[in-house]
Amino acid sequence: MENLEKEQIVQDLLPQEFGKQGKIWVACLIALCLIGFAAYCHQLSKGLVVTAMRDYASWGIYISNFVFFVAISLVGSLITAVLRLTDVHWSTPLTRIAEIIAVSAITFASIIIVVDMGRPDRFYNLFLHGRLQSPIVWDVIVITTYFFISLLLLYFPLLPDLKIMLKYKERTSKWMYKLYSFLGSFWKDKPEQFKITDKAINILSITIIPVAFSIHTVTSWLFATTYRPGWDSTNFGAYFISGAFLVGSGGVLVAMYVFRSHYNLKKYITYDHFDKMGKVVVMLALLYLYFNVNEFLVPAFKMKKPEEEHLRGLFTGEFAPIFWFAITTSMLLPILILVTKKGRRPFPAFIAGILVVIGSWFKRYIIVTPTLLHPFLPMRDVPANYHHYFPTWEEWAICIGSLAGALLVITFFARIFPIIPIHETITETEEHEHDKK
Amino acid sequence: MEMNEKSTSRREFLTAGLLAGGLAVVAGCSSKKSPFDPDTVDQVAASGEKVKLLSVDGEIIEVDKAFLKPVPDLPQVSNEAARIGIPGKKFAMVIDLSRCKSLKKCQSACNHMHHIHPGQNWIKVYPMQDAEHTSPYWQPTTCMHCDEPPCVKVCPVDATFKRQDGIVLIDSDRCIGCRFCMAACPYSTRVFNWEEPGLTKEIADKPYSCETSVPQKKGTVGKCDFCPDMVRKGSLPHCVAACPNGVFFFGDMLEDSVTNGSETFRFSDLIKDKAGYRLMEDLGTKPSVYYLPPVNRNFPFEKHDEEDSTENKSKSKS
Repeated sequence: MENLEKEQIVQDLLPQEFGKQGKIWVACLIALCLIGFAAYCHQLSKGLVVTAMRDYASWGIYISNFVFFVAISLVGSLITAVLRLTDVHWSTPLTRIAEIIAVSAITFASIIIVVDMGRPDRFYNLFLHGRLQSPIVWDVIVITTYFFISLLLLYFPLLPDLKIMLKYKERTSKWMYKLYSFLGSFWKDKPEQFKITDKAINILSITIIPVAFSIHTVTSWLFATTYRPGWDSTNFGAYFISGAFLVGSGGVLVAMYVFRSHYNLKKYITYDHFDKMGKVVVMLALLYLYFNVNEFLVPAFKMKKPEEEHLRGLFTGEFAPIFWFAITTSMLLPILILVTKKGRRPFPAFIAGILVVIGSWFKRYIIVTPTLLHPFLPMRDVPANYHHYFPTWEEWAICIGSLAGALLVITFFARIFPIIPIHETITETEEHEHDKK
Repeated sequence: MEMNEKSTSRREFLTAGLLAGGLAVVAGCSSKKSPFDPDTVDQVAASGEKVKLLSVDGEIIEVDKAFLKPVPDLPQVSNEAARIGIPGKKFAMVIDLSRCKSLKKCQSACNHMHHIHPGQNWIKVYPMQDAEHTSPYWQPTTCMHCDEPPCVKVCPVDATFKRQDGIVLIDSDRCIGCRFCMAACPYSTRVFNWEEPGLTKEIADKPYSCETSVPQKKGTVGKCDFCPDMVRKGSLPHCVAACPNGVFFFGDMLEDSVTNGSETFRFSDLIKDKAGYRLMEDLGTKPSVYYLPPVNRNFPFEKHDEEDSTENKSKSKS
């Protein structure tokens, strides 16, 4: 009886080949990536002049896209580490989803930051001449560390699953079998091995929390260490971290829904998961809203001269439509949807997740560019087109390409590896059965 | 269009200057040997066109034009020396706002000498009015060469650096183009080379030095450099020399003197007597550029539409 159930779980969770939909999806993503790559080649030959960035708006959607990627990657640490350490078990089926989102997002964060560089050919200067007092160097250090810890947190729990997949040779193609045996042939399901990996995962779960806080705090410091109105804020670290957990959790809601309906995982990602994850998102949205109130209301109360122009631009001026769109879609609407029990059913929760992700992307834009267009001294002695910023097709293509690339990594990962941990699901069912008895 | 014509004529002028430099070298060595490449000089056939020049002995001699060769404008100091600065100096600038009528000669001289991309400026002249009922005035800004430079703090690769003599420079051979310094600078003095700077081959081939800031390079940041190459020669920065109204004073704080070329003041007295101040003192950046308030002005404040017309020009261009 128990064996049959185990067999069923394995059969359900083994990676599946792409169907027609899957193939179309992958083809679209690859096409978007290629367009983005072509746009980047164009930028490499012409220089950053192909973007709409100029001396005042010297950072544009590349940087806001970078902040978005770093933000969404934080969810890996939330779901895997924070919930694991607090002994929350309902999130087990979501750990791998969160972790692959983290790994792919942080990879593309590093790529997009190179895209923003005027001289990517001199990247090595960061290692030859790196100076420790620059927040950029801190970012390089913590992002690299976060990437490797996330990769290990993805890999260690995968080891028992690799053994299971090696058993089902008929379900895998040759190169995948080779990959599995390369990654996990040493795994023998021995109790000592479990002991070591459990210990390793615990250590990593503890270390990833400060590192995750660091990556996004340091990213916020790229702005907060300057004097500019809108960035010169002691609130920035906490503001960024809370926003990051929110967008990551929104992303997980979306991924849960897509994997659940596409791979037929209704038994494994249940209504209960959407309900709980929905509650998490409501809490995080409220938290982020709280930091937003702090970030905007306090300076708006005083209306110091340098801040005034910037805040007016956001509340009622040039940037007001995007500002209010971002606040509404990333926080207010998701709270309204997910606060009701009906709203936490899979489909409405999926919609709320999409709203969070889209709103958050524009929120990052609102954080980066409007500040640059409100300098201390008025804009002067520059061509008229330096006074405004609207991204060019190259910038859109590269940003969309990078987002497509991140989705592609997640898609391929789910094709090659079980997106829901098989071994952990089996043990938890067994424990559950045991408890019942 | 007008701008282009102007710059070509300037370029011609510069070429002539270089040729003259070459002449001096040939004349300096009384033997036929050129210190640079004796063989080619010998092989060059005489063109018949003679050029008159003054020898070191004070005699006028005639030399065939074909024997003249432009002297490559070699950097005066190594990159290491350029990073250290001129020993025993602490440079400062004083800008007298009562003398400025926004002629922008400073700006055009600076743009010309540094071959700045058209449309961009290292020196900007702002029409300022501090409050509704206060008097408007013109405020030229250069790089402030802060003693606590926010740009240097954030640079990840030490491409922008503070020298012992107080000057903040950029090494365009090292800059990675992250533009963090531009975000950090509260004075908006930094510009970025968004595309290949449209330089003539002659300028583009010049050996780069962070003291001349020429040639500017694609994908790197540029800004006012206080012209350390001129200062090393004992000359004044281009903006100081170009201003007909003597707005800019330049000098060494350790010598306690500043000059605009025709007048020289004791720096401390000037600041004391005329109530000198620095921009955005509250940020703690400690600029090396001081301003004298616009009192007892030489000119009334007249806002001309020249700014708008240049803006429109560049807009119609792009």
